[in-house]
Amino acid sequence: MADGSTYDRDAALAVIAAHAGMRGALLPLLHAVQETIGFVPDAIVPDIAEALNVSRADVHGVITFYHDYRRRPAGRHVVKICRAEACQARGGVAIAAAAAERLGVTMGETRDDGQVTLEAVYCLGLCATGPAALVDGVPIARVDAAKIARIAMQVAA
Amino acid sequence: MTRVFISGDMNSVAIGADEIAEAFTAAGCDVVRTGSRGLFSIEPLVEVEDGGRRIGYGPVEVDDVKAILAGTSPKRLGEIDALPFFKGQQRFTFARVGITDPLNLDDYAAHDGWKGLDKARAMVPADVCAEVKASGLRGRGGAGFPTGIKWQTVHDAAGPEKFIVCNADEGDSGTFADRMLMEGDPYCLIEGMAIAAHAVGATYGYIYIRSEYPFAIRVLQEAIRRSAGIVAPFALEVRVGAGAYVCGEETALLDSIEGKRGQVRAKPPLPAHVGLFGKPTVINNVLSLAAVPFILCKGAQAYADVGFGRSRGTMPIQLAGNIKHGGLCEIGFGVTLGELVNEIGGGTDSGRPVRAVQVGGPLGAYFPPSMFDMPFDYETFAQNGGLIGHAGITVFDDSVDMAQMARFAMEFCAVESCGKCTPCRIGSTRGVETMDRLIAARDGRAHTQTIEHDSKAVTFSGDPATELVRQTTILRDLCDTMKFGSLCALGGFTPYPVLSALDFFPEDFGGEAPALADAAE
Repeated sequence: MADGSTYDRDAALAVIAAHAGMRGALLPLLHAVQETIGFVPDAIVPDIAEALNVSRADVHGVITFYHDYRRRPAGRHVVKICRAEACQARGGVAIAAAAAERLGVTMGETRDDGQVTLEAVYCLGLCATGPAALVDGVPIARVDAAKIARIAMQVAA
Repeated sequence: MTRVFISGDMNSVAIGADEIAEAFTAAGCDVVRTGSRGLFSIEPLVEVEDGGRRIGYGPVEVDDVKAILAGTSPKRLGEIDALPFFKGQQRFTFARVGITDPLNLDDYAAHDGWKGLDKARAMVPADVCAEVKASGLRGRGGAGFPTGIKWQTVHDAAGPEKFIVCNADEGDSGTFADRMLMEGDPYCLIEGMAIAAHAVGATYGYIYIRSEYPFAIRVLQEAIRRSAGIVAPFALEVRVGAGAYVCGEETALLDSIEGKRGQVRAKPPLPAHVGLFGKPTVINNVLSLAAVPFILCKGAQAYADVGFGRSRGTMPIQLAGNIKHGGLCEIGFGVTLGELVNEIGGGTDSGRPVRAVQVGGPLGAYFPPSMFDMPFDYETFAQNGGLIGHAGITVFDDSVDMAQMARFAMEFCAVESCGKCTPCRIGSTRGVETMDRLIAARDGRAHTQTIEHDSKAVTFSGDPATELVRQTTILRDLCDTMKFGSLCALGGFTPYPVLSALDFFPEDFGGEAPALADAAE
């Protein structure tokens, strides 16, 4: 594949077909594609454009506008750490730095072994119990050194 | 079998509520998962049913289960409503949250559910708009526009198709009331939307929820499915955001639902005339819509009786950041900032002095304790260079560097700008660079910077004192441009946190500290 990754093209096409009839279909369609095959490959953009009768530029524009859509696969585990003010007020900056060091990956990147992706998130709505994180979709609050160590164990699996 | 109530709210789960619920189930209890009561310093909270009363225990750990069931646990709090945090509250919108099983329709009906909708449907639509107008309800998303007038405009707009859109893109740091309401009482929001639909003649609705709220998405999807027959012919669906803060701006949100980049539209035309898919649209925040069932059920006057000046009714205020008793406090307008932070919130969690509070999210101003006598009210905050926004209050102790917070405000704006207008798109990036130079000058460092547009490294090695004055002037000028030249509140309000930090905390920007009377608090 041109983007260096393989994906189940038939599954992606089925998802596209299933969503094409929706009003304002593009965002739900992209969410569904990403949920099914893990990311939104560049190679699938023409198929989406054709299904929705919009230009490839329109689809590309939407994919690159929103932080959630990935053009490359994420790591096997995704750790999101809140960087917003309420978590900063509870030591969030230091915790984010400690997490990056412990996990061996910089913010916004996937570790070379593909095991973990570390991302910033701006608010999970857990603002009275920060610093907050989302590990593979599971919320964790009052993140401290011990919890980072636990997260590191979890993503090693 | 002993019935126990444990919150299934995302925040409660994040601090261990699921493990506690499992432990009580294993001990043979009938566990009911509720929303959260809203005080996170006592979570995970367990309420044990005891002869019609509910006795609270918290914060609970798995080891406490046996003692709680034996009635000997030292973590006994008694009845939750009697705790100081809850005593002064006026729970109109959040009356059921933390009490009922969020998805149980019988529970909802038994607690005044659907009464507002029944009353509304017995009225002609124009009277429903009039009732909401009479309540004085103003947009709880932050802008404070009278909800009834917005509805009236859509009611009066001609068109065979109209929409109700709920803005649940609660992206402001320090706010979580929408999330708690959606998770803890989803039918309340659905009922509010159904009332709005009747009032303006709409048949379809969308709830746009940010993707960072997976629990709320799940709960609402299920609630919509279960209540479909009750709200019919009105129908609605959840749309999930994709991580763009700017989609909380109403016109960007509409574009996002339409399947486009979430870019801000120029107004006019107003969404009330040309909204979603070009049709007349009511777009309201979660809390505005969720306030409506109470207003219809109990009457506009009951709502309007509470409040302060032109801010009527209650506000679900969120106490966040470095605060001892953080959580949700729904109370009438007029309570002072100091009462909220020091009395209800109990001061900082770290035990250090409060230095600053940011009110209204990333676009809200930072205020020092010397301004804590301000009453919580739209107009008072506007007069003092701030906004109440979505009513999140984020508390910082004295370890905060306000220049870094000003820099963060610019950085956040740069990350989240939709890119449509120049003051916001470019101004925020230049703002970060200016703050970097200013902070370097403050610290007496020479500063090398790569300026993006020509990739040249420029060293600012002038005399720090001169540089400080120069960069401060540039910062103020830039904020002025952003404030008056931006298309929406993202670029337009980013100057609020920046300038309030600069004006109220000049000592962090290399200036003189304000008079000691202020600092003494």
